[in-house]
Amino acid sequence: MRFEFAMPSSLHKSGVLGMNKRNIDYIGRYNPRKFYKRVDDKLTTKQLAIANDIAVPALIGVVREQHEIEEIPAMVEGESGFVIKPSKGSGGKGILVITKVEGDRYFKPNGQEVTHSEIYRHVSNILSGLFSLGGAPDVGIVEGLIQFDPVFDGYSYEGVPDIRLIVYKGFPVMGMLRLSTAASDGKANLHQGAVGVGVDIGTGKGLHAVQFDTPVDLHPDTNKKLTDIQVPQWDFLLNTASKAYEMCEMGYLGTDMVLDKVKGPLLLELNARPGLAIQIANGRGILPYLNHVDSLGNHNMTVSKRVEYAKKHFSHNAES
Amino acid sequence: MHSKKPFYILVALLFISGIAASVFRGIEHNVPFLPGKQVQSWAVDAKVSFQGIGEPAEVSFSLPNDPAFEVLVENASSPGYGLTISQDNQDQERRALWSVRSATGLQNLYYKVTLIPTGTTQVIAEQEPTAPKDFIWPATEKDAAEQVISKVWAKSATNLTFAQQLNKALNAAERTQNVELLLSSNTPTKLFLHMLHSKGVPAQEVSGLYLEDQRRRQQLSSFVEVYNDGEWILFDPSNGTQGRKDNLLLWDRSGKSTLDVTGGVNSQVNFSMLQDTRSALATSLDVMKNQGALDFSLYQLPLEEQSLFKGILLIPIGVLMVVFLRVIVGLKTSGTFMPVLIALAFIQTTLLTGLIGFILIVACGLMIRSYLSQLNLLLISRISAVIIVVIGIIGIFTLLSYKFGLSEGLTITFFPMIILAWTIERMSILWEEEGPKEVLLQGGGSLFVATLAYLAMSATWVQHWVFNFLGIHLVILAIVLLMGQYTGYRLLELRRFKPLAGDK
Repeated sequence: MRFEFAMPSSLHKSGVLGMNKRNIDYIGRYNPRKFYKRVDDKLTTKQLAIANDIAVPALIGVVREQHEIEEIPAMVEGESGFVIKPSKGSGGKGILVITKVEGDRYFKPNGQEVTHSEIYRHVSNILSGLFSLGGAPDVGIVEGLIQFDPVFDGYSYEGVPDIRLIVYKGFPVMGMLRLSTAASDGKANLHQGAVGVGVDIGTGKGLHAVQFDTPVDLHPDTNKKLTDIQVPQWDFLLNTASKAYEMCEMGYLGTDMVLDKVKGPLLLELNARPGLAIQIANGRGILPYLNHVDSLGNHNMTVSKRVEYAKKHFSHNAES
Repeated sequence: MHSKKPFYILVALLFISGIAASVFRGIEHNVPFLPGKQVQSWAVDAKVSFQGIGEPAEVSFSLPNDPAFEVLVENASSPGYGLTISQDNQDQERRALWSVRSATGLQNLYYKVTLIPTGTTQVIAEQEPTAPKDFIWPATEKDAAEQVISKVWAKSATNLTFAQQLNKALNAAERTQNVELLLSSNTPTKLFLHMLHSKGVPAQEVSGLYLEDQRRRQQLSSFVEVYNDGEWILFDPSNGTQGRKDNLLLWDRSGKSTLDVTGGVNSQVNFSMLQDTRSALATSLDVMKNQGALDFSLYQLPLEEQSLFKGILLIPIGVLMVVFLRVIVGLKTSGTFMPVLIALAFIQTTLLTGLIGFILIVACGLMIRSYLSQLNLLLISRISAVIIVVIGIIGIFTLLSYKFGLSEGLTITFFPMIILAWTIERMSILWEEEGPKEVLLQGGGSLFVATLAYLAMSATWVQHWVFNFLGIHLVILAIVLLMGQYTGYRLLELRRFKPLAGDK
């Protein structure tokens, strides 16, 4: 199975989008270079989102200079936990999650203690641009910890489950829930071993799940049936994702959101080059949906109208 | 969305001009399409000797002038003599003129020439020759000659057929009495020539040399060229054959004497020759140099810069491999063009030494880097430290391999150190974040791509082509541009998306 090759024509018939076509026909054509900063720089994304009334995780502080690293303990005083991430990082690299703060001792989700000098080194690496694209100097963002919604208990191992939606010209066209596993070390990136669950745009129900590009039925660590998942606050999530289109003006966009126990859906980050694994998680190609949106031409629909349209036409049951 | 037509026209133009430039190079300049091709060349020595009579002497000697052979190098050695090589544009004649104020006793003058066959055996006439003057036959021969000529003339239609029939008649197994009579007082060549002239057919006597390896003391043989339809056709009246043999060099086509000596007696010329093989590429470069076609090309650079360019011109091949492996196959490489640089280093070190050296250096570097990571250094100074350490490691390896007599080890100095330091840094971060398995995977992937790029870049015919046919780079540019527009599936995606195929 793993070493079999598909005929290009049969992939084409199934509407599978390939990397080259994605880069040229969608990203290259609909994502203007000048707006990239809005998605590539997480600090800018955060500020834009706040200005557009989109909820995001709390911003505790920003570290821009070496000497400001010393101020981190003061910043996070009183927080139950926090996250340090590079503003221009990619692929989940360079994210340090502290889930427990005891006085001035910090602990990672797996209970391991993180020393002050480790934090210092980590942030110093972030500032030097070790995790940013092309090694450009970067800033470190200190964020409040997300208290993830218990609805996903048993579906995720250690990390925060997040919801990825592909938004094409403002229409949410495909969705996926990303669940971390022991294999992915608490991370939600599919290439690192997280489980991807395709989610029906119309209902928010789980459809089909994969790990390492191979279909799975049960979560490998908790053995819960993955296709039983129902994502709560689905309409709200769709609306937030759809709104992100007006905010960053990117035609082909990946939005990553999380569900916070208290604050509800929060926009985590945007992605101008969303991966293609979402097609495998959904068990189908994305091209028919993209072509459908293209066929609408200039539509002038509002956010809520677009969400309604997407729910009606891009649901897996509604053969569009 | 703007039209893609101009783009495709550009690509087609690049492609066509690249191919055309390469084909032109190959055909017009005779640059061989395959490396290591050899051509035969001939070294011919002419020795002119005469007895000086104590007076000023002038020796005029005709030089080879044959479209079937290209003169590569020529020189004349003649101590004490003044030498001019003159070219007569009118009848394309080249002559060497030796002169001396006083010559006494046996004089030897040498002329050496290296020739390569060009493959053109046709002799095209520059202009239509004037009709020859009627030959006046001596009274004793007049009747016989006229009988023979009129008989042959009746059987012929053109200049060429007349010459052919005449040549046949002079060499028939049973010659007529008339012919026997004429041959008794004439050489076959002269007789043939006179008979042609008496019917107004332009013809001239030429002398040629049969090239045979390691022959000495050879003489010129005479032939007759007959003009027909813009072309000179060669006849050998001594044996009745027409056309020329491959090993015949036409030395003198002026119809005048080959050697003229004033102020000397008993002059003669002897030839000796040697066959040699030489590189076809070097030969065509020499020819280009003679023709002044090198004015604006890489070949006129000093050798050191040339070899530098030989390396630089390989980069497009490596880049093409990387673009292909990424866009069409879908392999991932760590650092887009790092594999090309590693492959360039492999060319200097050879593959096996390069691979072993690379792995050794990176492994040692990783160990030292893991110590550096405990020091909480800034990224810039940490990488700088790694660069210095890498230089140290390379130095130690080079010294050790020298001590143990492993000359291969000495070549690892060719590795680009900054690249190595970055590789070590990235691998080290990868190790911390994703574990050693990912390091092996990504490092192995990079080395795999580097190896493929190396194999493409080290093929001798590739090296031959990228340097000698610069047009090929336009073709590579066109292919790279085309691949940049490729929206089809990558090879590895066919496997990755296999579960999605034929779902519906």
